[in-house]
Amino acid sequence: MTMQLMGREPRRRFLPFSPWHLVLLPVSLLFALPLFWLVLSSFMTNAQINRFPPTIIPDSLHLDGYRFVLNNALFPQWFLNSVIVSLVVVIGNLVFGSLAGYAFARMRFRGSKTLLALMLGTLVIPFQITMIPTFLLMKYLGVIDTLGALIVPSLVTPFAVFLLRQFFLSLPREIEEAAWMDGCSRLRTLWVIVMPLARPALGTVAVLTFLTTWNDLAWPLIAINNDHHYTLQLGLTTFQGQHRTQWAAVMAGNMITVLPVLIAFLAAQRTFIQSLTSSGVKG
Amino acid sequence: MPWTKQSRRPTPHSQRADQVVASPSLRASLNRPTVEHADQSPLAKRLFGETPEAWGFVLPAVVIILGLSIVPMIWSLILSMQSSDLVTPARWIGLTNYRVLSHDPAFRSAVVHTLIYTALFVPLSIAGGLVLALMLNRRIRFIGLYRTMVFVPFVISAAAQGVLFSFIFDAHFGIANAVLSWFGVGPQGFFADSNQALLLLVLIGLWSGLGFCVVVYLAGLQDIQQELLEAAAIDGARAWGTFRYVVWPALRPVTVFLAIWETLQALQLFDLVFVTTRGGPLESTTVIVFFVWNQAFQLFNAGYGAAAAYVLAFTLLIVSIGLRFARRHQTEEVGG
Repeated sequence: MTMQLMGREPRRRFLPFSPWHLVLLPVSLLFALPLFWLVLSSFMTNAQINRFPPTIIPDSLHLDGYRFVLNNALFPQWFLNSVIVSLVVVIGNLVFGSLAGYAFARMRFRGSKTLLALMLGTLVIPFQITMIPTFLLMKYLGVIDTLGALIVPSLVTPFAVFLLRQFFLSLPREIEEAAWMDGCSRLRTLWVIVMPLARPALGTVAVLTFLTTWNDLAWPLIAINNDHHYTLQLGLTTFQGQHRTQWAAVMAGNMITVLPVLIAFLAAQRTFIQSLTSSGVKG
Repeated sequence: MPWTKQSRRPTPHSQRADQVVASPSLRASLNRPTVEHADQSPLAKRLFGETPEAWGFVLPAVVIILGLSIVPMIWSLILSMQSSDLVTPARWIGLTNYRVLSHDPAFRSAVVHTLIYTALFVPLSIAGGLVLALMLNRRIRFIGLYRTMVFVPFVISAAAQGVLFSFIFDAHFGIANAVLSWFGVGPQGFFADSNQALLLLVLIGLWSGLGFCVVVYLAGLQDIQQELLEAAAIDGARAWGTFRYVVWPALRPVTVFLAIWETLQALQLFDLVFVTTRGGPLESTTVIVFFVWNQAFQLFNAGYGAAAAYVLAFTLLIVSIGLRFARRHQTEEVGG
């Protein structure tokens, strides 16, 4: 592949390594540098940052920024809010997504095709035309300005239903049929037999749902007013507005916001990229 | 009976087992008494289908997904024909919002900014994604690390990106100006400069968005049949010829998908603008969704905001239909 695509490798090697490193290393560093700077500056003091030109490598690790963030602000509360919202949304998607996905994959009921098509159709509705009425709906439900407003609209997404439906369709029917023959109910079959087999698909749904929920800014911005109910993303944005010159603290807060997602990504990188590309290439 | 119908067309690997154990019809008849809804009347069956409990399974998803998409979509259309501040009762004003919108210079400039952003962002992310994917599509040491480094910005939230780049491009303390000064370039205004702010947003969009194009193209490249590439090599095709006549046509569906996807993303730009510039300086980065948000939730012209959102939604619909049509047309040409 390499050879055919990009020309033949030089017959005589001038370098002890592939010459592609000379291009790829600087290019990938370009992508990583802003994040390196984020990490470094979060361990600096404001004096070091506000100097011009700024210090590049801090002489030692200063935790002033982190101390400021954890003591003075509502940051721990925001972190907790983000964890609660993400956790409940992920569980909701796994439970309701599995139930609906299983019904669409294995059961015949009136209107199932229409319903499925309608759900697929909702994927193309842009957020900005639903955001104002969704705000009003959440207000009528009495959950606006609470974490409930952030949870309810994402409790189950068409993405989760479809991904799980596709996965259930790919499983052999025989085991489930045997279970039904033994008088096992549909729900029990799903729980005892299908779910353990569906772990990879459930993992994909969990990781991608966590990422989108954790990173969301637009909806919390609209739905939440009380700063005790902010999510981390919303909190970070306001925090930056209020502490414009305290960059060390802002970057420490930014690190705290980014870290869970980075950990989740690095832990599940393969799952992650596979599910993204499969939705991309086949979409 | 759930599986009497399916058993007419048994799946290949079930066939042999069926023959040994029991015929499908025998299996069905043996099992009749234990099936949970054997007492179900034909009327109920006709009304709810063969497995009525399926409705219980899909109900939460149906209520939430359809209830929070189709209902708001229609509601929004109604709202766009009203004068509403979200608090006092709305008043019906027909198409006035749309008429005012067509003469509103602020909306027009929001449309222009959105189009400039899209016109820069989409071609650059597709070209950049393709070039990077071609470079990263080889088996050398550390290639996994390079791919990870290129992709990692994609998982960083818009809020975190915005805060980080506000810092990097800070006109006074930012490292960007320090780096430029090493090269003898004078300090820039960046986000404070109305000529640079939108371009900077494109740059940040590319930083975080290219990784997605790269992984999608990489998957596309790995799907190209080896035989095709080998045949091209045997026919004496050089690198460019192979790319032009084998790789690029094979990647066309991926390119069309990315073009649609990235266009939709670009037209809906909001988070990054909100965090970095709030539409400024001098409204130079006010894009359509920011305009909608500002009208609805800051100025309390919800009806007017909804109308602007609908204008954008129609554009998105036309873009995706148009590009899908173009794809179908192209594949027909290639096939014929």
